[in-house]
This record gives sequence, structure tokens and C-alpha cells, in this order.
Amino acid sequence: MALEIKTATLQPIRNTFANIERRFGDKPASRYQEATYDLQAETNYHYRPLWQPQHELNDKSRTQIVMADWYDLKDPRQFYYGTYVQQRARHQEAAETNYSFFEKRGLAEHLPEAVRAHLISYLIPLRHVEHTANLNNMYGCSFSYGAAISQALLYNGIDRLGNAQYLSKIGLILDGNTGDSLAAAKQEWMQNPAWQAMRALCEQMTTVEDWFEVFVAQDLVVDTLVFNLFYEQLDQKLASMGGRDVALLTEFMQVWTKDSSRWLDSVLKTVASESEDNRVLLAGWVKHWREKTLHALHPLVTAMLDDSEALSIADGLLEERLKKIGIIQ
Amino acid sequence: MVAKKLNLKDKYSLLTRDLDWDYDYADRKEAFPYEDFEGIKITDWSKWEDPFRLTMDSYWKYQAEKEKKLYAIFDAFAQNNGHLNVTDARYVNALKIFLTGVSPLEYQAYQGYAHVGRQFSGAGARIACQLQSIDELRHVQTQIHAMSHYNKFFDGLQDWTHMHDRVWYLSVTKSFFDDARSAGPFEFLIAISFSFEYVLTNLLFVPFMSGAAHNGDMATCTFGFSAQSDEARHMTLGLEIIKFLLEQHEDNVPIVQKWIDKWFWRGTRLLSIVAMMMDYMLPNKVMSWKEAWEVYFEDAGGALFKDLARYGIRMPKFVETTAKEKEHISHQTWWIFYNYGHAAAFHTWIPSEEELDWLSEKYPDTFDKYYRPRWELAREMEERGERFYTQELPQLCTTCQIPMAFTEMDDPTMISYRASDYEGEKYHFCSDGCKHIFDQEPEKFSQSWLPVNQIYQGNCGGPGVEDVLRDYYKINLGHDNMDFNGSPDEQRWNAWKGTEKDAKNKDAKDKDKDVA
Repeated sequence: MALEIKTATLQPIRNTFANIERRFGDKPASRYQEATYDLQAETNYHYRPLWQPQHELNDKSRTQIVMADWYDLKDPRQFYYGTYVQQRARHQEAAETNYSFFEKRGLAEHLPEAVRAHLISYLIPLRHVEHTANLNNMYGCSFSYGAAISQALLYNGIDRLGNAQYLSKIGLILDGNTGDSLAAAKQEWMQNPAWQAMRALCEQMTTVEDWFEVFVAQDLVVDTLVFNLFYEQLDQKLASMGGRDVALLTEFMQVWTKDSSRWLDSVLKTVASESEDNRVLLAGWVKHWREKTLHALHPLVTAMLDDSEALSIADGLLEERLKKIGIIQ
Repeated sequence: MVAKKLNLKDKYSLLTRDLDWDYDYADRKEAFPYEDFEGIKITDWSKWEDPFRLTMDSYWKYQAEKEKKLYAIFDAFAQNNGHLNVTDARYVNALKIFLTGVSPLEYQAYQGYAHVGRQFSGAGARIACQLQSIDELRHVQTQIHAMSHYNKFFDGLQDWTHMHDRVWYLSVTKSFFDDARSAGPFEFLIAISFSFEYVLTNLLFVPFMSGAAHNGDMATCTFGFSAQSDEARHMTLGLEIIKFLLEQHEDNVPIVQKWIDKWFWRGTRLLSIVAMMMDYMLPNKVMSWKEAWEVYFEDAGGALFKDLARYGIRMPKFVETTAKEKEHISHQTWWIFYNYGHAAAFHTWIPSEEELDWLSEKYPDTFDKYYRPRWELAREMEERGERFYTQELPQLCTTCQIPMAFTEMDDPTMISYRASDYEGEKYHFCSDGCKHIFDQEPEKFSQSWLPVNQIYQGNCGGPGVEDVLRDYYKINLGHDNMDFNGSPDEQRWNAWKGTEKDAKNKDAKDKDKDVA
């Protein structure tokens, strides 16, 4: 038997805000809807930006992608600030447990020297790639149109800062909080020939103008390849070298990829199916950045993994994903 | 030898700015192109002191705890019809102004901080701005959720985002933030982080949130408490940006001073809406606007500017005008809205006898002399069934966009008019401060989207004003606008509470022929 507490019911005069009612009908709305749709100003801007007089403050023409309604790019996770931080706090709690377990058991001391060296040469410098992803997602957040895609790019950008900090903390665990391993890893990033093409790619991505192109280059192409290579293939290699415990420290990033992929695939699918023009644009950008990224990763992967197939495995996954999204046949 | 462990400051720096590096393969100026055009000289970004040290894991953790508590209260508030606990239904009109006029600015703040959080080439400043960006997004969204329940029971909140882009008085707040966002990155921070968040925020945030606390509004008040620790971070960023710019290069001092002058005056004009809210719209008063100005600007701001004197920064221009304005501005602003109450999406009303006495007491030098007689006349007219609304559209100040109804502060019987010529056109202003701002940047302010001019040019539908209000603004006529007396809000409130208001107001209502 359900227990029903009697409360005073007052008849509301409306179910939700008028803009939400115009979009979804006169019925109660979700918190995601009320906190997302039509938040951004759409018209009657007062002044042109001094820093981009060719555009309005909010301007659809900052990308070549055309959408009839940019609010079609909704987030399947329904993240508004409150649900976003609570979800990340749960992931964070698990990561905190893993990191303190790792430290408490002194697992760093048990890592073979070769594993430590490999982490400093390859895994920890990845924090600079994550930092680039932070910049690129903030770029999209600030230049995109409509609160739906803009807020999701902000969450992604902030997440990437988080990822970069988790990677940095691995370094601090290795060096006992002296920062030496971070300095060594930065040397690798700046000097090691294996990293230089990747560093060049990161620098170049931050100078691309079309925000949607940046988004495709970073979140679709680079991330799909890098996450497979570093969090799956490198993970296996480390395990084979006696460093399987490192997986405790990268679990956050693995969980994060699953979470953000759901959003990314849904957004790109919507954009690709909006029009053939959009799809062709996406395909062109993907082709350009895929070639560049594979080229940039080649020397790195050769040095980092023994498997000569490694890069084509990752690229195969990207191919599969592009088909699933509908960018290529 | 054991290597030295990192202190907190160095550790935070490794987890933030050390993620960045010097470019070798692309032009860094192309990646961060907007840093030079304002004339600000940054010689060394590494001198940036992190205003707060919050890594993402702690940020998620602390903020999630706050959200959990906040939303538990929102849920309880809705479940228990918390809106019935406000002092009286007039109070909700303050929330209407807040949601239509202020919450969209939180969204613009989110956008503005995201922009500078990408564009500064100094990673320390960038990350501080990114964290403020996400906080501002929090504020707009939690405000929507706090007001969502009120929207179900009161008129005037329902089309807040549509109205913000169009309605005449909302262009006062919108243009303020459009101005800041369209400025360069350093001016944006001086405008919002320093002039607004640091110097003036207490005059926006405290009145609204204390107003909520004094008037039984649990939802808004809880939002306010929950946002306080965010605001504290934002204020530290405001202080850091000014110190940083002033210490980087002496050539920055006059540029920063010019921005302080501009944004201080822009801010005081924006706050005239808060002034009337405090003095006229809160059934339970917190303090008078004049007292708030004295405590939060004259005392606190005075001390701040004394500190900044060592950099060669002086008090903002026209500060002496504000010392006079604090006696008048709330009365003149509420009078404007009382006159144009048919064209606003919230209700206006004549202060009760008790409220008039409170105003007389709080403004001994001006209220009885200049303003009380006006309200008494308005009341006489209302009692005769002649509640009046000004039908012709007002001229707007080109800079602040408030109707030109403010007076000379030395002679409150004379409307203050100023004008400038630019490229063969005449532009009008409400004050020396607004004229000065225009004269510094005429190419910018001559672009202002002035609602009244736009109506006359036929850009807002029509042909009549009523068509504009109903079709272009989407004001639900007869519900959202007009006097509080006789409004559907008032009628519903009385029905819920099972009470009638005191006889005097009821009589007035019965006689009022204008409402409908």
C-alpha cells in the first residue's frame, strides 16, 4: 500500500516558461529544458565587438555549419550545471579512492623503472594535449551559438582541465610531490623528437578560426585516436611491462571518454543529418585532420608501442565511429 | 639528498599554468589575437598571482555538495507552495525584474568569461576566468530553477528571455553587458570583475538576496547563500586583475583609470533599478538605497580607492554627483515606472501611508520636499479613479538607455538634458557621466539599439504602442502590466490567503477604471 501524504494543492496558472511552452507544448518541463533553451540573446545587440567587428556578439556565421535551430544540439546526458557537477563529483570520488589506495599501498615504488620512464616520456606529457583540448573546447564554448552546445562545450573544456590535472597528479605521485617528473615530462614534450609533430598539431589547432572545425579536429579526430592509443593500447603495454596498477590512475579518463562520447556522437549525428552541406563539410574537415593527426602520431606511437599495427587499430576505430555518426559511408 | 616538496602555491601552478608552453610551430599571436589592441602592456604573465587555488577535483566536490543542498530546498519549496510565505504579492515584482533583467546578464557573464578564459595568453588568468565562467552559468541556471515555481503562480516571469532582447527598460541592463562583452578582454575584466563584482556587487547582490530573506522568499534567499562563496572568488579575481594591470606597466594606469571612470558610472546607472527595488518594491525593507550606497560604496569603496592611490588611481569621475544622487535616484526611477506601468511586465503601485512615512524618515532632506507630494497627488487621483499612465514614449539616454527623466542633482525640479553631435547626428544624455562616456567612444555608442527609436522606425511591429507591447514584447496585457491594485496577481494572492487587503486599497481597486 502506498502511503500518501496530503499536501495542499494550488492550481498553477502555467506549467512552464513561455519559450519552453512554444517549443514543447503546455506541459511541465524538465530542469534541463528550463535551464538550456533560449538562454542566449538572439537579436537586437547594441554594439559590434571591438575585437571582431565583422560579427555580432552572438553570431551563427562564426562557423560554416548551418543549423535551422542550434538548440537541436541537445545533450543526451541532460547536463545543466547542477547535474554536471554532481556527475563529475561521483567520478571524482572514485578517482580519489583509487589515487589514495595507490599512494597508501606505495604502489609507485613497486613500478619497474622502465614503466616509470615510459610514464614520464609518454603518458604524463599527454597533459599538454589535454590542455590544448581545454583551449579548443573553450573556443567552441565562447564562439558557438545557443546555450545547448555552448554549455556542453564548457563542461568538456573544464573536464579537460580536470584530465590534465589527473595526469599531472600521476607525475606528482611518481616523484613524491617534488614536481621533478612533471619537469622531465615537459622536457619530453618540448624536446623529444617523437612528440614534436604532435606538439605542432596542438599549436596549430589553436589557430584555426572556424569553431566547429576546431571541435571536429579536437573532440572527434584527435580524441578518438589519442584515447585509444593512450588509455587502451598503452594501458596494455604498461600491464605487460609490470605496470598494470597504473590503470587505477587512468580510470577517470576512461569513464570520462564513455560519458563524453555519448554526447559527441549525438551532436555530430544531428549536424551531419541536418543537411548534405553539413555532412560534406564535416567529411572534409575529418579528412584533413585525420591525415594530419595520423602523421603527427606516427613517430610517437612507434616509440611508445611495439605494435606496428597500433596506429591502424586506432584509425580503424575512428573509421567505424565516422560511419556510425554518418559522416562517411 | 631528498628533493624539496612543493608548497601549495607551486603545486597549483604546476597543475594549471605549467600545462601551457612556449609555441615553436605556430604563431602564438594568432592563437591569442586580442591582447594588444587596447593598448595594455603585459610584460610578464608569470607575475599573475592566482586569486584562488581550486583544482577541478575539489571544485566538482564542493560545488556538487552545494547543488545537492540547494536543489533539496528548491524541491521542498515547490512541494510546500513556498511562494505563499512571501510578505505579500507585491514582493514578487522584484523577482520579475531580477529574472528578466539580471539573470540574462549572468548568462552574458558566462559567455564573457568563457571568451577571456580562452583568449588570455596567460594560463593562470585564463583558468581563473574559466572557473568564473562556469560559476556564472551556475548562477543563471539556479536562478531560473529558483524562479521556476514563482512562474507557475505569478504573471510577468514567463517570457523573460524573449523580453530581455526587446523590452525598453531591459535594454538598460542588456546594453550594459553588451558593452562589456564587446570591449577588449582587459576592459571586460575591469568592467565586470573589478568595477562591478568588486566595487559594486554588494549593491546588487546584497539588496536582492537580503530582500528575499526579509520577505520570506526561501528559494531566492537560499540561492543567494549558495552563490556567496562563488562571489567571494569572483571578487578576488577583480582585485587581482587591477593590481596585475597596474603593476605590469605604468602606461596601463591612465587606460585603467579611464575604464574605471566609465564603468563606475555605467554601474551606478544600472543600479538605479536596484535603488527603486529597495526603497519601493520590498514590503519589508532591508535598508534604504541611500544607506546602502553609504555603507557599500562610500565606506567600502572609499577605503579601496585609498589603497589604489599608490598606483596613481583616483576616485572615479563623477563620484561627487553620486553623493547627491543617492537622495533622489530611487524616487525618480520608481516614478518613471509608475508613469509607464502600462508598458512594463511588472506591477507598480503607490507606497502605502506607512511606506511614505518610512521614506520621509530615511530621506529627511529630499522626500517630503520633492517626492511625497507627488505620491500624495497620485493617490488622490487614483482614489478618484484617475490612475494615470503617460502615453507618449519617452526620449532615452543614448548611453544608459534610461528614459530622460532624471533631474539636475542641484535642482530636482529641472530635468537634466545633455547632448553631443557626432557625424551630423544629435545624441541625448541624462547626465554628464553618460555624455562623457559617449564622447570617449562615439563610434561605439552611436550604435545603441534604443528601444523607443526602434519603435518609431517601425522595427518592433505596431502600428500602435499596444501592438508593440502585445506582439513584439509578448507582454500579456491586463495580466503582466498595469497597477498592482486589481491585478490578477493580487486577486489570486487574496484568494490563496483567504484575505482581503485593507479597506483603503480595496476601495481604490474598485474605483480604478484604467485596469483591464
